[in-house]
Amino acid sequence: MTVESTAARKPRRSAGTKSTAGKRTTATTPGTEPELVQLLTPEGERVKNAEYDKYVAGVTPEDLRGLYRDMVLTRRFDAEATSLQRQGELGLWASLLGQEAAQIGSGRALRDDDYVFPTYREHGVAWCRGVDPTNLLGMFRGVNNGGWDPNGNNFHLYTIVIGSQTLHATGYAMGVAKDGADSAVIAYFGDGASSQGDVAESFTFSAVYNAPVVFFCQNNQWAISEPTEKQTRVPLYQRAQGYGFPGVRVDGNDVLACLAVTKWALERARSGEGPTLVEAFTYRMGAHTTSDDPTRYRGDEERLAWEAKDPILRLRRFLEASNHTDERFFEELETESEALGRRVREAVRAMPDPDHFAIFENVYADGHALVDEERAQFAAYQASFADEEGGN
Amino acid sequence: MAETVTSKNMALAKAINESLRRALESDPKVLIMGEDVGKLGGVFRVTDGLQKDFGESRVIDTPLAESGIVGTAIGLALRGYRPVVEIQFDGFVFPAYDQIVTQLAKMHARSLGKVKMPIVVRIPYGGGIGAVEHHSESPEALFAHVSGLKVVSPSNASDAYWMMQQAIQSDDPVIFFEPKRRYWDKGEVNTEAIPGPLHKAQVVREGTDLTLAAYGPMVKLCLEAAAAAAEEGKNLEVLDLRSVSPLDFDTIQTSVEKTRRLVVVHEAPVFFGSGAEIAARITERCFYHLEAPVLRVGGYHAPYPPARLEEEYLPGLDRVLDTVDRALAY
Repeated sequence: MTVESTAARKPRRSAGTKSTAGKRTTATTPGTEPELVQLLTPEGERVKNAEYDKYVAGVTPEDLRGLYRDMVLTRRFDAEATSLQRQGELGLWASLLGQEAAQIGSGRALRDDDYVFPTYREHGVAWCRGVDPTNLLGMFRGVNNGGWDPNGNNFHLYTIVIGSQTLHATGYAMGVAKDGADSAVIAYFGDGASSQGDVAESFTFSAVYNAPVVFFCQNNQWAISEPTEKQTRVPLYQRAQGYGFPGVRVDGNDVLACLAVTKWALERARSGEGPTLVEAFTYRMGAHTTSDDPTRYRGDEERLAWEAKDPILRLRRFLEASNHTDERFFEELETESEALGRRVREAVRAMPDPDHFAIFENVYADGHALVDEERAQFAAYQASFADEEGGN
Repeated sequence: MAETVTSKNMALAKAINESLRRALESDPKVLIMGEDVGKLGGVFRVTDGLQKDFGESRVIDTPLAESGIVGTAIGLALRGYRPVVEIQFDGFVFPAYDQIVTQLAKMHARSLGKVKMPIVVRIPYGGGIGAVEHHSESPEALFAHVSGLKVVSPSNASDAYWMMQQAIQSDDPVIFFEPKRRYWDKGEVNTEAIPGPLHKAQVVREGTDLTLAAYGPMVKLCLEAAAAAAEEGKNLEVLDLRSVSPLDFDTIQTSVEKTRRLVVVHEAPVFFGSGAEIAARITERCFYHLEAPVLRVGGYHAPYPPARLEEEYLPGLDRVLDTVDRALAY
């Protein structure tokens, strides 16, 4: 499959680029602005797609309600974390607001034996993997640098250095292939990371070794204050072509399309067809992190345009129009959301500070004489205060 | 005797080759990765014949991208493999420096011990071979400064063989600096011996008047300096430190308490080099034993010079002896 043939199969309908299309054509090669793979319009209308429908053919009304629930609870958790930062309980928070469909759609496409390499914003994917949301908050509270066992849920630790994890995903996928397993690996990154050398090298390595990896780029239009135009002059998914594997742009606010396209890409990986680049075209509705002030670099107009394409709203419209739900479902979900928010709030407030000696723990697996020596010095120093207190 | 059967005379490069071969044979999870390590056998032939015998899946010619080599090795380690990666020359490690420092070194700690990084990064290093720019550097201090990494450098064929075995068996990332100017120096290697601990220094010449401490390519120079000094009636002790992180300060301390004088020799620039750390810590440990300040011999605070000037830049016999005389003059 080639990029061209994929583009040719895309539906005519495209809502994702409308608001910024005029601006974007100045930065991309004229006439190349692509359309999106979309299965649900912003109005909640199901669009037929000859290529990708089969990947969601088995999705039941219950599954759809599950996707909706995932997105609602993820957004609720995210909002709670933002509040906790404002209350001083977290040092920082990187909100995923607006990217729920990209993360839940791709996350629910995965099998248990697949492996995920996230950035620091994949709270929705973590949710799909079964990582307890409260475990994500340790690093943002400053009690650890990663509070979960990566192998417990096949969900690697958050990676803060931009793009580094795409190489880890590629290496892991090379190992999967060596083992003869049919698992797949997915690497998350963003439009900003697409400029990093590590991402380019991961494309090279995965292509050369035909590694079973899916590169899932959430193009949320902004790398802190820099728009995508500052990262690329071609649509990001087209980068794959130069490396010899397919790239597809999907409506990142359409959970069904994200599910379908990711399933297709994972299937390619499993069947030995190598890497795929998926560009989920979405929008970072909030600030980069709680330390950021987007009013300095972007206006409300853009935000309002994307608000109309909200991922949760459009699935709700579809669920209601197709009579897959009743009011009770939404009411119960509201109750569940509030309970989750409360649980997260209480868990964070109860999170103990680490023991002082945690500084010296796990620096090495096999120990190191200097670490032992400095730990002993630190212990003696601390004990000297205890002596004084005891002496008084 | 069993030892005469198992002991072979071989070059240092061949000793590493034999050690890699043994690791590939004994553990199916061990992989060799790097540029030109396959058919060519590496630009120094250290991996000669390994791809032929173990296949392309285990001895992997990689794309020419150092960050990619180390980054994918991290992913392979997460999958349960034990990659031994080659960086072709010292000066080419820096594209991988980010992956080594921000990812490889910290992974065990940030996973709270859940993840291990049994990766060896082999780096042929140091000068003295008349090479072009970026092919003669000694960046060991830049790695020793980073917690989570271990840094070693053998000085002879036997250590090269055994330290490589131990580095591969280590569950921590090890930066393995190979003294490229000594690749062709031969020595006895007993492949059935029971090696000492990886991070322990060794007294390679006993003496009473002053301690010379070195590792990698400078051990041979220090032994030559000690032999020359002996002709002048000076009895120098020589330590092969072998490991830069952790450093075996106990062995240095024992030696200095006896000789009361210490000169540290390395090819790397003196400024912020490993000699600075040794001087600071030994001064603290041996303050009342020292008859002279700890002195250092090494490279200058200047880019590694063109090959025609490297003999002026590198520590040589006369510069070491001159510094020994300065220390003895206190």
